[in-house]
Amino acid sequence: MTTRTQEIVAQQGRWARALGRLGSVKALDMVVRRLFSMVMLAFSISVLVFLLIRLVPGDPVIEMLGAEAASDELAARLRGQLGLDQSLVHQYLAWAGKVIQGDFGYSYGYQRPIADLVARNMPATLQLTASALVLSVALGMLIGAWAAVARNRAPDTMGMTMALAFMSVPSFWLGMLLILVFAVQLQWFPVVGGTSLRGLVLPAATLALGTMGFNARFVRSSLISAMGQNHVMTARAKGLSRWQVFSRHVMRNSLLPVLTVVGLQLGNLLSGTVVVETVFSRPGLGRLLVDAIMAKDYLTVQACVLIIALIYALTNLVVDLMYPVLDPRIVRR
Amino acid sequence: MNSMSPPVADREDAAPRAMPSEEKLPPPRSTVRRMFRHRSLLAGSCICVVLIGLVAAAPLLTGADPNQQNPMAILQPPSAEFPMGTDAFGRDLMARVLFGGRVSILASVTVVILGAFFGTLMGLVAGYFGGRPGFLLMRVVDLLLAFPGILLALAITAILGPGLINGIIAISVILVPVYARLVEGATTEVCALPYIDAAVTLGAGPWRILATHVLPNLMPSIIVMTTIWLGIAMLWISALGFIGLGVQPPNPEWGAILNDGQQFITLAWWMTVFPGLFLSLFVIGVNLIGDGLRDELDPRVAQ
Repeated sequence: MTTRTQEIVAQQGRWARALGRLGSVKALDMVVRRLFSMVMLAFSISVLVFLLIRLVPGDPVIEMLGAEAASDELAARLRGQLGLDQSLVHQYLAWAGKVIQGDFGYSYGYQRPIADLVARNMPATLQLTASALVLSVALGMLIGAWAAVARNRAPDTMGMTMALAFMSVPSFWLGMLLILVFAVQLQWFPVVGGTSLRGLVLPAATLALGTMGFNARFVRSSLISAMGQNHVMTARAKGLSRWQVFSRHVMRNSLLPVLTVVGLQLGNLLSGTVVVETVFSRPGLGRLLVDAIMAKDYLTVQACVLIIALIYALTNLVVDLMYPVLDPRIVRR
Repeated sequence: MNSMSPPVADREDAAPRAMPSEEKLPPPRSTVRRMFRHRSLLAGSCICVVLIGLVAAAPLLTGADPNQQNPMAILQPPSAEFPMGTDAFGRDLMARVLFGGRVSILASVTVVILGAFFGTLMGLVAGYFGGRPGFLLMRVVDLLLAFPGILLALAITAILGPGLINGIIAISVILVPVYARLVEGATTEVCALPYIDAAVTLGAGPWRILATHVLPNLMPSIIVMTTIWLGIAMLWISALGFIGLGVQPPNPEWGAILNDGQQFITLAWWMTVFPGLFLSLFVIGVNLIGDGLRDELDPRVAQ
């Protein structure tokens, strides 16, 4: 009981010290630099996304409205809305100013403001991505840890073969197979999943299994390299049990690379929703993006790409800022 | 495209020369034999060779035209006449899967060749010359890498419009920064070595140094990377086809056939199972080869 209390106190001390370091000049410097590079990145992303629509061959206004449907009045209005008669810098500033206020323009394909479309589709995509992330990281860590502990034995071979298979199988096919088995044959889940919890199971599993393979392999290799370090051997030599060594000395050391993976993985999952939402005919940002590409609804494409890229950049910023909390040595570099 | 073949040929014979950290191994056996002892390499090669063989021999294996519609045989399950069944237009699914495989495989190979060529070039230039242009080049690379997964490819197909060629271009563009990042880092590392100074002293020009002293050193990493990305490129090409932004109907391609299959998933399981099986097996094969090559050639490449 006392050891447990001591442990908790020590734990709290570590957190307090890590947080205290965040307050130190060096840590503050790091945070400021990270934030600055994030702002630069967001700016560059927005410029690239802005230029996207200007790269469309031909007159984007005619392309968007359709050559036959475009009345002169409507074309002029859209041209005015895009500011195509002004300089590029001016156009960018006007566009960026509106985007910051949450105004992405008006979708002529859907006949409604794009911000409205995004707000309508975003929750479904976030729900799918978040549940897939949790599932894929949890499963990946479980399989990866098991494989690392049982290195070169049956669970390792089996787990890694499975991981490779799931990495190789395209998510849309995996989704279709899951539909065939669980929706068509067994009829446990609906074929066309809405945003209900029951409709979430198959899409989330599809999205998660694809990245789970990568996670499992990554966790395994980072655990194995953590196990090879000298302090692990010392811990074993001084008589700690295998489990204690693994949970307190190995796991903690391999958490940092896993955190990086979570950041990277979120991007893959977000862009993976494009395919998964198509398979399951699920509403969402990815589906909206694909439909907008098909319909040449460039303003909507622009908004979707910008939002997904910014969410990805923001996640990686959060991951970056988490490092010094987990490993105070990083601040000193 | 012709300018692309020399580096590819180079790559093949550069591999045995540039083998790193050989000290621990027993006396060098033939590289080929050593590689075949590696289990996953062997298994992967077998899978890929069989699939490429099947796809190449498509006209011999099936007499059917992949685009020939037959209103009398719509959605037929697999039988002696149609080994993989037929689709909603009565087209022979086996012919479509075999001929579609040609498109999928050729397209993904083209993607990695394009991406590897331009990315390597960019990385070599940025890494060797460095300075302000190199810095700017790498910031562009960073920006392109800030777009996750297939998102940038989707944005590019939005500009170029759907289609196979546009899909190939879009996915190659995603590969360029990936290669550039790897090659730039490695080039900077290699250029710090004394023998590059020696070459400069002897009067070798930058392009000669890059081609004969730097590139052979990077070849193992580039080969491993290319195998890994070949699998991903194939997944992405077929994903574009599946979404409807890649190969356009009626032409067959593994992803596009699966898109047809999705509409009839409750009626015709064979339209889902067979093309996906071929696609997945091929990617598994490529990834097995990639794993094996990484172990043998270049343990440094992460992922």
